[in-house]
Amino acid sequence: MKSLINILDLSVEEIDELIAKANDIIANPDKYREACRYKKLATLFYEPSTRTRLSFEAAMLELGGSVLGFSEANSSSAAKGESVADTARTVSCYADIIAMRHPKEGAPLVAARSASIPVINAGDGGHNHPTQTLTDLLTIYREKGRFNNLTLGFCGDLKFGRTVHSLISAMSRYQGIKFVLISPHELKLPSYVKKDAIKEKGIPYVQTTDLEEVMPDLDILYMTRVQRERFFNEEDYLRLKDSYILDMPKLANAKADLSIMHPLPRVNEISTAVDDDPRACYFRQALNGKYIRMALILKLLEEAGR
Amino acid sequence: MNIDSIQNGVVIDHITAGCGMQLYDLLGLDKLDCSVAIIKNVHSRKMGKKDIIKIDADIPMDFDVIGYVDPGVTLDFIKDGKLIDKRTVDLPLTLTNVLRCKNPRCITSIEQELDHIFKLTDPEKKIYRCVYCETKANT
Repeated sequence: MKSLINILDLSVEEIDELIAKANDIIANPDKYREACRYKKLATLFYEPSTRTRLSFEAAMLELGGSVLGFSEANSSSAAKGESVADTARTVSCYADIIAMRHPKEGAPLVAARSASIPVINAGDGGHNHPTQTLTDLLTIYREKGRFNNLTLGFCGDLKFGRTVHSLISAMSRYQGIKFVLISPHELKLPSYVKKDAIKEKGIPYVQTTDLEEVMPDLDILYMTRVQRERFFNEEDYLRLKDSYILDMPKLANAKADLSIMHPLPRVNEISTAVDDDPRACYFRQALNGKYIRMALILKLLEEAGR
Repeated sequence: MNIDSIQNGVVIDHITAGCGMQLYDLLGLDKLDCSVAIIKNVHSRKMGKKDIIKIDADIPMDFDVIGYVDPGVTLDFIKDGKLIDKRTVDLPLTLTNVLRCKNPRCITSIEQELDHIFKLTDPEKKIYRCVYCETKANT
């Protein structure tokens, strides 16, 4: 049973196929209105989420399917101590596909090993979030029309930001890529990510603390939130949370066709004044999240023969 | 120093000097009733020094544990005082319940029934990572 736990579970060809399918869904929505009729998506969300859960639910509803599930651990048998494996086995009796978010790393893999239906990792702690990466890839493709020959800047929390790690790994498979890593020293990209995804592939990269200095080079600026929930120590969070705030003056030297992305939710790292700039594409990115999840649900259900 | 030959059992030979006790612990040899000899720092022409473990009982061997601790060892299987089989062990591709994941954010930290499974991700540097959270094992 094929599940999606890590973005690296997908080959470049499979990602290309999903991007093409999502583009076809955007161009021809009527074609897909009944594609998942009588099919059920179970959304098992053990921690809060707005975009991911609602975009999964919207995706299934737009495919003509239906949705069941829970949005916090307290409203499931997890509160009684049921294991993830048992929950997955049980839900397999009621649904055709599972989307799972869990605060503990590896929980969706445990579910996938026990379930008899496909499992999609909708985020496991600070570890993997492959559908966010697919969302980011669809956004890059729709904004730029290509994956090759791009300079990507990542700014903010590069240490705990799982979306950053996954997107760097995914983009490192394309030609002509350059990475610019902008963060405070305490939130630098972990050395193992840098080694595996950048250095070993011979990809050029720049590491800096100064966003404005590198701004003119960027084709894409991927902003991130400093996430309170990833810190064990509140003092560290307070000290680092306002390290980078993107506003219009900082964009003065940016390219005219820069694409500003953010996985959302935003706190204050992008000024609301930037929202009306055509280069801001983070709300288009959120919309793309629904389309790529539609493509993924279709692919996994088809492969599972359901 | 003389240690008696064994009649039925296993000799774990060519253990890197100093690794004998770790193997003894991880293989759970302290729980056996039979004679078990650990000989440390034995002179070896090939290795300079080596450890040897002799187990005087026909017990199943966990080749994954042995390969993980010391992939260079050889195992001599003895029956009725004669060598009947000899084998070497490689670094295992996966280790189940040999190492514990210490990442407090890993699912294994809250689900006690889950096996702790580690995968070999870098054979040259002997790096194992938890299959659930990908945290590097402390070796």
